Amino acid sequence: MAAGKEIRTKIKSVENTRKITKAMEMVAASKMRKAQERMKAARPYAEKIANVAVHMAYAHPEYKHPFVVRREQTKRVGLVVVTSDKGLCGGLNTNALRVVLSKIKEWEGQGVGIDVTAIGNKGLGFMQRMGGNVVSQLTALGDAPHMERLIGPVKVMLDAYVEGRIDALYVVYNRFVNTMKQEPTLKQLLPLEQAAGSEEEKLKHHWDYIYEPDAKPVVDALLTRYIESIVYQAVVENIACEQSARMVAMKAASDNAKNVIGELKLLYNKTRQAAITKELSEIVAGAAAV
Amino acid sequence: MAMTLHVDIVSAETSLFSGTAEFISVPGEMGELGIYPRHTPLLTKLKPGSVRIKRPDVAEEELIFVSGGVLEVQPHVVTILSDSAIRGQDLDEAAALEAKRAAEDAMKDKSAAMDLAKAQAELAEAVAQIAAIQKLRKKV
Repeated sequence: MAAGKEIRTKIKSVENTRKITKAMEMVAASKMRKAQERMKAARPYAEKIANVAVHMAYAHPEYKHPFVVRREQTKRVGLVVVTSDKGLCGGLNTNALRVVLSKIKEWEGQGVGIDVTAIGNKGLGFMQRMGGNVVSQLTALGDAPHMERLIGPVKVMLDAYVEGRIDALYVVYNRFVNTMKQEPTLKQLLPLEQAAGSEEEKLKHHWDYIYEPDAKPVVDALLTRYIESIVYQAVVENIACEQSARMVAMKAASDNAKNVIGELKLLYNKTRQAAITKELSEIVAGAAAV
Repeated sequence: MAMTLHVDIVSAETSLFSGTAEFISVPGEMGELGIYPRHTPLLTKLKPGSVRIKRPDVAEEELIFVSGGVLEVQPHVVTILSDSAIRGQDLDEAAALEAKRAAEDAMKDKSAAMDLAKAQAELAEAVAQIAAIQKLRKKV
């Protein structure tokens, strides 16, 4: 009964696959919880720094930072692509990279050049295959990314902006909506969107900070941190997305494996029974012939 | 009751302190700053050091270490945006160069990192093709 044995080995192998996907599902579930907590922990900083940035926009410092000045012409843009380091997380990276691709096509159509900062292995590989101009990169972030690791790659872009090599900066990442839903998002970092406020509100805020020692270094430091915090938030959110997407994908894989096992078992029993029936009928036929 | 101000100390990764205080002392870049309620709005950079917080009804002052950052003072709210690491112009510069170098190396040395990414992509493609073929076969 050769066919029966083959089916049995197949069942075994699918069962092993299922064990792996099941384990990955559970690991992703526990990592997801931690990633979500980290996402929440990063929120106060982002909110506070956004508040300060808004206050500063209302106050009238004598010094206008290049980050808030809108340029008339966009000749070259920077793009920070945040993806996961590992695969097996459903369509997460594909969705984000599709957004990147369509945006790149649009820019290329307008004759706008593109510089890329790749955060995460998948985006890096994609950009290299595409022949994109990767100016800085960061991979192997792990599950708990540290702010200080982002400083370098982001600074490359900020320097390029200040020196006028790029005229706008965007970030692409997956926004965490809920466990089942992640949304690839494109966000403009530079020039900074001025908070839209009414004139009344502006008048109410008619005061300025005392800057110590001077407006320029303080505003510089603050806005640099502001951009970094947005990128950090994007990275943390992307990790939460990655884990939940992986959990969902692995759950689907485990369920599929279960179905396949069911089908194979049915097939196995059918062939076994067919073989027995055949043998019986042969014996009966043999007996009848005698 | 003495007047109080609200103090928030946050770093990018977590919130370090949030509560009311009668007085706080912070390590400003130009020197130690003592802040009482109704301080005039102020924005400054911090250098690494500890923040002393005198909370109402608590005799002992609370000490929190910050590795630099930005301080925002408003009459009744003080916000300290702490850095999660010690930074400086040179350190930032070095980090930027490092990230740049990694990208350039990867561009030049396409044999190592590139091959892996490429091989992974090709493998994914091959797996997808096999899956498609199998589906077709099932249908026939």
